[in-house]
Amino acid sequence: MSHAAVLAADVVSSGEAGAFWVLGPIALAGAIGMVLSRNAIHSALWLVLTMLSLGGFYFVQQAPFLGAVQIIVYTGAIMILFLFVLMLVGRDYSDSIVETLRGQRVAAILLGIGFAGLVGGLIADATSGVESVGLAESNADGGNVAAIARLLFTDYLLAFELTSALLITAAVGAMILAHIEHESGSRPGQKEQSIARIKGPRPQTLTGPGVFARGNSVAAPALLPDGSVAEDSRATGMKMRQPPAIASGSIDDLDDVTVDSGANRDGVPT
Amino acid sequence: MSNLAAESPTLADFGTDVWWIIVIKVVGIFALLVALTLFAILFERKVVGRMQQRIGPNRVGPRGGLQSLADGLKLAFKEDIMPALADKPIYFLAPVIAAVPAFLAFSVIPIGPIVSIFGERTPLQLTDLPVGVLIVLACSAMGVYGIVLAGWASGSTYPLLGSLRSAAQMISYEIAMGLSIVAVFLYAGTMSTSGIVEAQESGSEVSAFGLNFDGPGWYAVVLPVSFIIYCIAVVGETNRAPFDLPEAESELVGGFHTEYSSLKFALFYLAEYINMVTVSALAATLFLGGWRAPWPISIWDGANSGWWPVLWFIGKVILGLFVFTWLRATLPRMRYDQFMRFGWKVLVPVALLWILVVATMRVLSREYDFNAGDIALYVGIPVLVLVMAVVWLWPDKAPDPTVKEGVPPTTRGAFPTPPLDLVVPPSPPLIKRDAVAAGKRGGGKRA
Repeated sequence: MSHAAVLAADVVSSGEAGAFWVLGPIALAGAIGMVLSRNAIHSALWLVLTMLSLGGFYFVQQAPFLGAVQIIVYTGAIMILFLFVLMLVGRDYSDSIVETLRGQRVAAILLGIGFAGLVGGLIADATSGVESVGLAESNADGGNVAAIARLLFTDYLLAFELTSALLITAAVGAMILAHIEHESGSRPGQKEQSIARIKGPRPQTLTGPGVFARGNSVAAPALLPDGSVAEDSRATGMKMRQPPAIASGSIDDLDDVTVDSGANRDGVPT
Repeated sequence: MSNLAAESPTLADFGTDVWWIIVIKVVGIFALLVALTLFAILFERKVVGRMQQRIGPNRVGPRGGLQSLADGLKLAFKEDIMPALADKPIYFLAPVIAAVPAFLAFSVIPIGPIVSIFGERTPLQLTDLPVGVLIVLACSAMGVYGIVLAGWASGSTYPLLGSLRSAAQMISYEIAMGLSIVAVFLYAGTMSTSGIVEAQESGSEVSAFGLNFDGPGWYAVVLPVSFIIYCIAVVGETNRAPFDLPEAESELVGGFHTEYSSLKFALFYLAEYINMVTVSALAATLFLGGWRAPWPISIWDGANSGWWPVLWFIGKVILGLFVFTWLRATLPRMRYDQFMRFGWKVLVPVALLWILVVATMRVLSREYDFNAGDIALYVGIPVLVLVMAVVWLWPDKAPDPTVKEGVPPTTRGAFPTPPLDLVVPPSPPLIKRDAVAAGKRGGGKRA
């Protein structure tokens, strides 16, 4: 590889720098937008933008596996679950701007800046003296994916296993806490309802309003072929319209009416 | 043979293209996807028509060939409606979010070997990465956002229900899909799409009953369980029948796109069909040998060089589209609880077990130098016989005593309508003809 020498040194290529200056502001804008949005769904979407940019950063820094996993797991699975829950909460839900604790906002800003400074300082201190081995060195045997796999399944196997055990415990715990025990058979599920419907006197759906009728309003009851009102098409909780006049007549009257109107439409005198 | 081997690209062949080659490839993939979408819509309607004893669209263009173009034009000129309760920016963005990843995913699909474009030697694939297949998974993960946000931003009940279903469905089936691909990674030893195609070039040598021959290279044959799970999972992943619950017409009007019209709706339509094309192309790449010619054609030496492989590749994609259409024409939509139970309690555990089996086999054959043919002979065939025996000898389900067998009720007004014992009166022309014939006979006798 011709550019291996470049990758080995601590040099930022122009392409990488360009990508940084494009993705960096987007990631920051996403983070700021996430904090400032009033609507919870908008907040989540801003966070998605930040996570996508982070995935892009990983790709640019020649860590394609990390980038793909960042996008698949964080933006693809975790944030979708966030959205799922937020949607169940309701779309008009947004933050209240009334402060319930006096001075809470100022304190939060100060503490936030302090915490950011603390974490940033620690990370800067920890990474300032580190000499990078270079990409060619770290990807020496088998490339990026194989190198990650080797580390995960040798040096960090215990940490990996402990993390997965923790995640499984959390998932099982959440299920147990949220689970409501129903006595089996006490409440029909989708399957039981479906079987009951097929076995019952009426497997098909109820007649919709307005079938064979002259209007398509939900208040217009459906008419059976003989002109009488289909009782099970009556909508609940509303005053139904009077069935049209033909309803009282027989099926022959209905035929006559159709023929008459057709004749009129064609301009033929009846 | 060395000439042919040199045709298949490796990871080092990517990222070295001239800029105008990249532009040609990008535009080419875009054009291919749009053309395949137009084709797929028409193809689906024609095939479904034939399967339902109809002709299908046959008015616009020669033999109805321009029908989807006409539909697309009509869609573009429809009124664009923004519901009053919609969340405007997200309502606008959602179709874009659905369509863009659909196009992006195709960038890592290998369409052909190294070819010469205006004198430049370049692989017929936009790009490849050591994690090529994960890019497709990432794009399909992003595509979920389009559907979920569309349903939420519409500010309406049915779309919201559709989008909730879609979120749950696509995440569940993405797990099964990802697990089904793992076995392919184990066998190919790489996640790059071009590498996986190359790994399927020829199978390992099989010696059975004293005969030596090349085993099949396609992972659909080597890893049949993975292939089946992949095929089922992608139908759920692309929201196609019988798993089209997010847009179930009989339950949710139109599901997540109920409130969409005009070009925004067209984008959803486009995204759905491109996703179908992409998962078909990925199935061809991962399991059906990619752009390599299938067996009878592969006897011809030139089949896998030059531009011919594009033809085999497109053929495999169309085969995938045909299966999608076939499923749609054959199977009724599943109930939501059946669908979820199937995904989590059948597909995912089977995929996990299969990975365990495949990994064990890989380790055993490496450690003890087993021959693939021996394994197939001494392990595969007994397992197959066992499975068949269990399937045949499994006791039939006892009949439900609450179900009344026999003749259904035939009273008037009961289900089914019309009643099964309905006597159809003879048609008036027949009565008249019989009467005339009887009169003639009678007259003849009288004469």
